[in-house]
Amino acid sequence: MTEAMHKGGVDRVLDYGDRALLLEFHSTAEVLAWTDALRAAGLSGVVDIVAAARTILVKLAGSRYQAPTRQRLSQVGPSKDAGDESVGQADIVIDVTYDGADLQEVARLTGLTRKEVVAAHTARPWRVGFIGFAPGFAYLVGGDERLAVPRRSEPRTTVPVGSVGLAGEFSGIYPRESPGGWQLIGRTAAVLWDLDRDDPALLTPGTWVQFRANNEVPP
Amino acid sequence: MRLEILQTGPLALIEDLGRPGWSHLGVTRSGAADRRSHTLANRLVANPSDRATVEVTLGGFTALVRGGGKDGVAIAVTGADTDPAVEGVPFGTNSIHHVRDGEVISLGAPRSGLRSYLAVRGGVDVAPVLGSRSYDVLSAIGPPPLKRGDVLPIGLHTDDFPVLDQAPVAAITDDVLELRVVPGPRDDWFVDPDVLVRTNWQVTNRSDRVGVRLTGMPLTYRRPERQLPSEGATRGAIQVPPNGFPVVLGPDHPVTGGYPVIGVLVDDDTDTVAQARPGQTVRLHWSRPRKPFRGVGS
Repeated sequence: MTEAMHKGGVDRVLDYGDRALLLEFHSTAEVLAWTDALRAAGLSGVVDIVAAARTILVKLAGSRYQAPTRQRLSQVGPSKDAGDESVGQADIVIDVTYDGADLQEVARLTGLTRKEVVAAHTARPWRVGFIGFAPGFAYLVGGDERLAVPRRSEPRTTVPVGSVGLAGEFSGIYPRESPGGWQLIGRTAAVLWDLDRDDPALLTPGTWVQFRANNEVPP
Repeated sequence: MRLEILQTGPLALIEDLGRPGWSHLGVTRSGAADRRSHTLANRLVANPSDRATVEVTLGGFTALVRGGGKDGVAIAVTGADTDPAVEGVPFGTNSIHHVRDGEVISLGAPRSGLRSYLAVRGGVDVAPVLGSRSYDVLSAIGPPPLKRGDVLPIGLHTDDFPVLDQAPVAAITDDVLELRVVPGPRDDWFVDPDVLVRTNWQVTNRSDRVGVRLTGMPLTYRRPERQLPSEGATRGAIQVPPNGFPVVLGPDHPVTGGYPVIGVLVDDDTDTVAQARPGQTVRLHWSRPRKPFRGVGS
């Protein structure tokens, strides 16, 4: 492992088939910083960079790029202040009606009241770590640790568009009606995905998101 | 020139080589399931590689040619052999044929294989979405599945002329499919990952462009309670959900997945598996020796 990697925090680089490399990290914040660095580096043969919770998948145009890209990774890395986990200014405010079907269950799982769950969810901005599951579905990180709850044991076959949910360390908003296993705490009228917009996705990696309650939640 | 769709068969989609580079929006690449056959169809009619073809699943497709001038327009059908015909006269899979205004192109039911590709010189010229004319069945992005009565515009062709009348291609058969797998990245999550290469797998009928589901001797997680944080995926990645039955991801796979990937098909073999029919037998082989222990670092 090279010096640059030690500083930047790549834990391991694994072959992923014959046309991709999987980079492992310790946190979503490191993933964000490295995703930016990899995009900025413009390595030849890279066709896509897929950020996720603890990994970045670097997709390549052909198997001949796999070994050279692995080598070039040693010269890439985020700048020193990148990956800083301090809370930023909100880029966008999302109004939420906190009346989700699982709000009571989340209160039970966290030992908080419903009102405290909402207060925790709206206390400080979250940050988009990565997009996955469906077009425009942002995995938000950096929220109140007390809100970490498991997924529902039985996923719902239909979750309404705009549902705001929690799962593990993440919060997220369903960009369209779909099946889903997240614990639903509220809903928003914000349009998360619209192919007719210049930017179809409302939330993109790195965006800071502030939730705001627009209803009175009973304790 | 235009093509008027008379019959679609079970599923007919417009596909090109997909839309790479949108994963930061959660959009997968999509594109022709069997890129090899799609690309060959384009080459036969001298289309540039970015042109769209019609991906016909299990045949049963007919279309009426409208316009095209006195000389007609070149077409080719590749992939699963559907005995393609014009006005009922077969012209052969993997060969070029000229069609004229008012003629009907028909694709029968293939005896083996799953997907056939109809290329028209000039390419299917519907409006691209995020830079591609591919339909993604999971996210419903791109030109919607074809239906009877649709009229497809055909684009202007380039100055290149077709140089091949016929391409020698190995026939797509219903024999056992032998596929190569690069081990990992999560082979160490399984009690015995080599079960993957010791079992005869059967393709189930719950297979589509999102994934080919296999059934056979199930794989077992070493630590069933352990959950993998979602990670990026590619076509050909072999995900194993808790039931132990592998799913080979197809072109419309989700951008990220939460099940461990025991291995990833060699890229060339993802085209081969796109022709696997429900019930067909698949045998998997490690493309390189599996490392018993993987050290930290690389």
